[in-house]
Parts: sequence; C-alpha cells; structure tokens
Amino acid sequence: MHWWLPLKGSTFAGEIDGLFTAILIITGIAFFVVEVGVIWFSVKYRHRPERKAFYVHGSTTAEVVWTAIPAVTVIGLGVISNHYWKQIKGRESVPPDAYPIAIHAKQFEWQMTYPGPDAEPGTADDFTVRNQLHVPLGRNVVVALTAEDVIHSFWVPVFRVKQDAVPGMTIRAWFQPTVPGEYELGCAELCGMGHYKMRARVFVHPPDEFDAWVKQQLEGGAEQ
Amino acid sequence: MSSLAAAPVAHAHHDERPFVRKYIFSTDHKIIGIQFLFLSLFFLFLGGILAMQIRWQQGFPGQPMPGGGILPETMAPGGLLLPEYYIQLVTMHGTFMVFFAIMPLLVGVYANFLIPLKIGAHDMAFPRVNMASFWAAFLAGLVMFASLFVPEGAARAGWTMYAPLSARPDLSGAGLGQQLWCVSIVLLGLSSILGSLNYITTVINNRAPGMTWFRLPLSVWALFVTAILGLLALPVLSGAAIMLLFDQTIGTHFFDAPAGGQVLLWQHLFWFFGHPEVYILILPAMGMVSDLIANGSRKPIFGYHSMVFAIIAIGFLSWLVWGHHMFMSGMNPTLGSLFMVTTLVIAVPSAIKTFNWLGTMWRGDLHFHVPMLNAVAFVAMFVIGGLSGVFMAATPVDMPIHDTYFIVAHIHYVLFGGSLFALFGAITFWFPKMFGRVMSERWGKIHFWPTFVFFNLVFFPMHTLGMGGHMRRIYDPTVYEFLKPYQPMNRFISLAAFALFATQFIFLANFVWSLFRGKKAEQNPWRDNGLEWSLPSPAPHGNWERVPTVYRGPYEFSHPQAVEDCLPQYVKLPGDPEPAGAKGAAG
Amino acid sequence: MTHATATANAMRPPFPTERGVEAYNTKLGMWVFLASEVMFFTGLIGSYIVLRFGAPGEWARPGIVLNIPVTAFNTFLLICSSVSMVKAYAAIADGNQKMLKVWFLLTILGGAMFVGVQIYEYLHLVHSGFVPSGVREGSELAERVANGTLPAATMGLYGSTFYTMTGFHGFHVTCGVVSMTYLFFRKVLPGKYTQQDYRGVEVVGLYWHFVDLVWIILFTIVYLI
Repeated sequence: MHWWLPLKGSTFAGEIDGLFTAILIITGIAFFVVEVGVIWFSVKYRHRPERKAFYVHGSTTAEVVWTAIPAVTVIGLGVISNHYWKQIKGRESVPPDAYPIAIHAKQFEWQMTYPGPDAEPGTADDFTVRNQLHVPLGRNVVVALTAEDVIHSFWVPVFRVKQDAVPGMTIRAWFQPTVPGEYELGCAELCGMGHYKMRARVFVHPPDEFDAWVKQQLEGGAEQ
Repeated sequence: MSSLAAAPVAHAHHDERPFVRKYIFSTDHKIIGIQFLFLSLFFLFLGGILAMQIRWQQGFPGQPMPGGGILPETMAPGGLLLPEYYIQLVTMHGTFMVFFAIMPLLVGVYANFLIPLKIGAHDMAFPRVNMASFWAAFLAGLVMFASLFVPEGAARAGWTMYAPLSARPDLSGAGLGQQLWCVSIVLLGLSSILGSLNYITTVINNRAPGMTWFRLPLSVWALFVTAILGLLALPVLSGAAIMLLFDQTIGTHFFDAPAGGQVLLWQHLFWFFGHPEVYILILPAMGMVSDLIANGSRKPIFGYHSMVFAIIAIGFLSWLVWGHHMFMSGMNPTLGSLFMVTTLVIAVPSAIKTFNWLGTMWRGDLHFHVPMLNAVAFVAMFVIGGLSGVFMAATPVDMPIHDTYFIVAHIHYVLFGGSLFALFGAITFWFPKMFGRVMSERWGKIHFWPTFVFFNLVFFPMHTLGMGGHMRRIYDPTVYEFLKPYQPMNRFISLAAFALFATQFIFLANFVWSLFRGKKAEQNPWRDNGLEWSLPSPAPHGNWERVPTVYRGPYEFSHPQAVEDCLPQYVKLPGDPEPAGAKGAAG
Repeated sequence: MTHATATANAMRPPFPTERGVEAYNTKLGMWVFLASEVMFFTGLIGSYIVLRFGAPGEWARPGIVLNIPVTAFNTFLLICSSVSMVKAYAAIADGNQKMLKVWFLLTILGGAMFVGVQIYEYLHLVHSGFVPSGVREGSELAERVANGTLPAATMGLYGSTFYTMTGFHGFHVTCGVVSMTYLFFRKVLPGKYTQQDYRGVEVVGLYWHFVDLVWIILFTIVYLI
C-alpha cells in the first residue's frame, strides 16, 4: 500500500507534487502551532482552586500579526499556484505539436479515437479503440474530451490529470507521459450505477513501440 | 451578595394553552427550536445508518451485509448491496446530513432557541411565520424520507444532484425519487427563507434596551449572518431545483445539452447556493463555540471586534468562491484563477477566529465541562478541515485530489469535526434552559473521548486514500488495480466507523435519560453571562415579564469588579449608565 | 417644536416602531423577504440570460411567437394597479375610508385581470403549438419552424425559459391577489385600517410594487428584446 502520492508519470506530476508538499509544510506549521497551543493551554491553564483568569479583551498587535501572516502566505501561495495552473490547464497551454486523441465518454465506457499515422484527427485513417488509452512516451498528448449522455471525468492518477467530460462541450487537456508501463484511467464523476466500473487501461509506449501499435491497429482492422 | 440575585423577572403567567397549541402547532420560539431538535436528530441518526451501509460496502465489497436481508430484493438481494442502491446511499446520506441534520440543528434549533433569549425578546418577530417554517421543514423531511420507499428508489445523482444525470430518468434509473428530491428541496428552501427573515427582523428590531450591536453574543452575530446567507442563497437553490424538476417532468431543456441547454448552469446555480450553504453549516458552530470557550475559560473572548468582522468577512466572501467546486468542470481556467484567490483569502478570517479562540484560552481558568471539551475539540478538528481546504484551493493541487476521498475527509473534518462537535457542546450547554434538566457530565465525557478518537481514525486515513487517487462514490474500489492495495485501509476505516456509530448511542442514551431523569437544573448552571440565564430553567412561555436591560458585553468573565468570576449582561454595577429605552420606556 | 420637526412628525406614520431601525416588524420583514425574492428572480433571469446568449443559434425574433400588443396592454394594466395601490395608501393616510375601499378594490381587479389575460395568453400559445418543451409537432408553429421563420435549435430553450419565468411571476401576482382579497374582506371593508394604523396596506403595497417591477423587467427582456 502506498502511504504517499502515486508514481510521477508525467512532466508536471513533479511540479504538482512539489506544490502539494509545499502546502503540506505550510499547513503543517499552522497545524502544529494551533494543536500545540490547544494542548499546551489546556494543560497549563486547567482549573486549579487558586487560579484566576487574566481579564483581557484582546491585543491589537496580536490581531495584526495573525491577520498579516496568513494573508501574505495565502497570497504568495495563490501567485505560485496560478503560475503552474496557467502552464497546466490554461486555454493557451496546450502545446501545438501535441498528439491528438479524441475521447468520447458514455455510460459506461471510454471511446478513444486515434488520429492514425498522419497524426491528423478527422481524416480517413482515424481508428477507435474502446477502454484503452495508448500514448507515446516523451511526447505531448492532448485529449479532446466529449460526453455522450452525462458528465464523466477523465482521471489518470499517475499523470495527475483530471478533467470532466461534459455533454455539449469539447474540453481539451494535455500531458506528457514520462514513464513507460501500464496504468489505469478511471471515471471520477458520479455518472450512474456503472460509475465504479467505468475503467480503462492506459499504456505508455516508447515511440517505436507506439508506432508499431498504431500500425497493428490499422492492419488488424480496428473500426475506422 | 450574589450578583445573580438581581435577575430580571421571568414571565409568571401560567401557560394555559391546550396541548396541541402548546407543543404541536406552537408559535413559541423555544418549542419550535425543540421541535427542530427532534426532527434533525432523527435525520442525523438516519444519515448515520446510511453511512454505515456505505462503509460496509467499502470495507467488505461483495459480502452480504449483516442485517441487509430486510432491504428489498431490488436493492440488496440477500443483503448484497447493488450498485444502484449504493449510489442512493451516498446521495441520501449527503442530502440528509447537510439539509436535514446539520443545517436544521444549527439554524433551526439554535437560531430559534437562542436569538430571542440572548437578545432579550419575548419571542420572534413573526411567531406564526416561525411555526410555518418548522412545518414546511417537516413536510420537506417527510417527502425526502418517503422517497426512500418508492419502488425504483431514492435520488441517485449525488447530493449535489449534477445534471444531466439528475434530469434524465433514463440515464439515472430513478424518476419519482429524483422528483421527490426536488420537491423536498423547494419546501426546505421555503422553510429556510421564512426562518431567515424572522431571525433577521428579530435581531435588527427586537433587541432589549442596551443590547447594542457590539454587545451581541458572537453566537447571535453568527446566526444573524447565517440568516442573511440563507435568505439570499436558498431562493437560488429553489429556482434551480424547480428548473430541474421541470426538466424531469414537463420536458423543459434547461440542462439538456442536445437541445441547447447548459449542463454547467446547474453547477453554477448549485454552488452559488452551495458555498454560502457551507458557511451556513459552520458559522453558527463558530459562534456558539466562541460562547462556550469564553465560558469554559472564564475569560472575555479574545478580540471580540475582530471576531465579529471575521464573521462578516466570511459571510461576504462566501458569495465569491463558488467556482472552486468547478475547477475540473471545464469552466474557463482564468475564472478558476480568480476563484482560487478569493478562496485562499477566506483562510484569513478563519485564521483570525482560530487564533482568537487560542487567545481566549491563554491564561484562562479552564473548566473542562462537556461543552468546553467539545468546543476545544471543534477548534482542534476545524483547523484540520480548514487547512486541508488550502490544498483544494490551490488549483494545480486540486487536479489530483478533486473528487477523491481527500474531499470526503475535508468535508467530514469540517462538518463532523467542526459542526457536530460544536453541536454536542451546544446541546449539552443549553439543555438545561430547554428542558430544565442537566445532561450527565460523566456520560458526556464517556461519549466525548471515544467519539474524538474514532472520528480521527475514520476520517484521517481518508486523506491518504485521496492522495492515492481513490475516487468518491465508487461502489467497489477493488475493480481498480491501483486501489486494491488500499483495501486494508478501507476495511480499517469501516471498522472505526462502526465503532464511531456505536459510540453515538451513548449520547442518545444520555440525552433521553437526562430528559426524564437528569438532575434538575438551577437557573444558571454554567455561571454564564447571557440574558437567557436570567430566566428559570426551563425558560417559561413568553420569556420575561418585562425584558431585561443590558449593561455590558456578553463575555465579562473574571471582571475585576465582579464578586464571582462571571458578570451577566443584565446586572447593573454602580457605575453603569442606564441605556436609552430602559425602565418605563417601550417594553 | 420647530415647524420642520412638526412636519416631519406629521409625515411619518404614527405607528409604534420597534427599537431597532425606523421600521415596524412587518415592514422590515417584507423588505427582507423581498431581498430573498430578488435572489429567486435573479436566479431565473440569470439562467435565461446565460441560456439565451450561449444558445446554439439565433433566438426567435420578438413578436413572432408572443403577442406583444396583448401583453403590452397587460403590462399597462399591472402598472395601473400599482398606481391604484399608491392611491389606496394615500387615501388611508388621509383617513379616507371610502376611497381606500375603492382604490384597494381596483388594485385587486387590476391584478386579477392581469392573471386572466395571462391565462388567455397561455391557452392561445399552447393552442398554436408553443409549449414548455418547445414547439409541439404538427402545430401551426411547427410549420413556421419547418419553413424557417422560427429557429429550430433554440425553440426548446425559448419555451423552457418563457413559461418558467412568466409562470412564476404569474404565481406571485396570484398570491398577491389572494392575500389582498383576504385583507379586503377582513380589514378594509370592516374599516380596520385607520389613519393611525394602516400597516397592512403599506406592507402589501410593497409586495405589489415589487411584483410590478419584476414584470416590467420580464416584459422587456422576454417580449421586447
């Protein structure tokens, strides 16, 4: 069992995990300060017959300090997060050379349409595979998500990519796989009684292996 | 010598109304509060039963649930839960807990019970509207409860009821159940609006002489801001639920993408309501915890004014953050950036409140009675829920944890660790004024400690599940290879959850036993400063013969001039000026 | 007492006000309730705007489906009933019971006629094939969709938003008419409102003006634009 985050399988997985760890440290300090305060005060100032509470209504200095520190911290955090957010999810962030895969989600399966050898979607050599996402290693991939019936959510934990597929919209999300192997894709948005089994396998192939797979699909007479 | 002897006179009339007017169709704010208490405790228990079934399925997928034989064959043949039943469980657990347990417990019970008593009013501004508010909530609860028993089952699109799954019976498999959900929510919205307009009017217009805005207890401040949020948020939900109902029944196309409707419209409307709703579920708890911590520390609340401004700031900001529930929804990412900033900023008033509670405990004379224990647990647990919220607020980090158990952990740290601990404290604290008896201190502590331990054992590991990518609302996690290793943890959480649920029977027993056999309460058992403690326990119908006069703020504990370590708001010290409108003026 | 304060006191209704703000409970409560109503209609109208401007294609041009002259007359009727409500308020502020009865009754009639015309409009629209789900097949409007006078892609949204918004407004008018009728028989006719206390007239008047205002917005954005 993992006690920590899953394998980092995409270029920005490291950045996201790094930000996660940074927030964990910041919130960890706040957590520590508060919990130690609670426990320490609870023990130190517990009722004793001779104890008299200190009659005080507050302290402006203290108020300013504990307003300013969180304010500066969260604004800094916001600026840093936004930097990565724009790189990962911004509308302009999709690399122009990314390999396009159209993914159509429906109750309860994923239909991946590959652009074929010409890497151009919408041409005659496109082919569709159910519940299998094959991607080339070390190359940018952009998925164009659509939904047939209800909202589904494209979720590949090792890539740290999640994006809802919404009926009536085409939403693009990109990533670059960095570790070859077989992984899993799940639906992260409740989509009906078969939600739990709306699973697909994800294969990250080295480039030549990927080309071979594409060729094999075309020859094997996959639905065009 | 006792300063408490100078208490204002309570209403002495013998209450001669017939039973039905007195306890069923009552217009007395205290009775209505008690009615809400029983109604919402019932739904809290029901929500708990649903949660246990969820945990059985998560911990032991594919095994028949003990006692599951009583469920209908269409839902759980032989006690083996079906996926369509499981998603009803998660939907109705969320719905009952949010709309029919925590919200009425905090607002229905304590806004009703505390506002007139704490501001020195005879009753609410509109007692009959108040009664209508309860009966609308009762009807809403009845409709929602009935939806569990329709043949095809209850609503099953999650408590957030995302369209189009919720709008299309052919896709969700539930028609009538979904419709009853909408009807019930519209009724509940009506109830909340009627309640809120009452609370707002009462607080603005019916305060006792001398009860200035900055002498209001923080519980009243929080309930007042909550009422404003409810007043403005619930009609939006009602409107959305009506549109959804029309989509389901008369063929409109609001959320129907093929006919030009917009799927994300539901999410925007729902979360525009939903985020203020989140603060409806926590602000009153924060307010009451402030009262309890000041009382338990025998010390004035630290930074009263900044506490008030923090409440107002949270209330205001809650309108600007709804999009943080939609970072992954396909909403424009630039909007996501804006919502991230507003969301992060909400951490500031929350931090102010937390540190002020710590400041209140600092150099106090801490009496760990049951309300104080629960209030301190609130601070300790709310901090975890608040800090885990920072992860989701940061948009890039939200990407892997959105819709996973990390969110489930977060919401339960806020709503159980936060609101529910505050409620255990509040129920114990005001029990004497409600029922004239004191809850058992001993059994209160026996309930508190295991609850605290098991609560953390249930919900803390869920953070780890979420980090591993474990999706929410998954009927059987073992379908996924990457989730199989987490099954021991899921099982551990389930066992802890069963223990947590079992522990609540201690509370139930203490509550029922104290109701009939508890020690008779004196007038001011907690030596508190609020106006309600100038009345006998239980508080009589009509409250005061003549409303008390207020001379100071609500947290003057350990005042140097006071003989005892409390100095109630209604006690006049020699130097206190007489406020305008007191004595002989309009009463 | 100076002349100015005497005038101010004469202008302010001599009701007992509560301690908080200068408004008695029911009046303050009505304002608070109207704030909630504003949010309800904002939700509906906001959804309409989002759906209309995000619609997949042209919206039906005004005046093709809906009968603007009839509804313009209806709008005029509702504005008149708002005016008569003001006159009723002014009458009782002067202590004139007789004129209160006349103007109050006219207000009720105006509201009732508005609802009547709206029901007539609905029946007519449904007959021509305009229903909440869009255009009924085989109807007069379906032919217009077929020959391109009406856009096929957005008629479903048109029907959904039109009936929901105007329907809920009509429901509010009906509630107003019912409560005013109740007040008319319980309070106005027996002469319970006096120059000293006419709070009910003022409070129901606030509601009535609000409903009128909402209609003017709806008429503009649903019928005219």
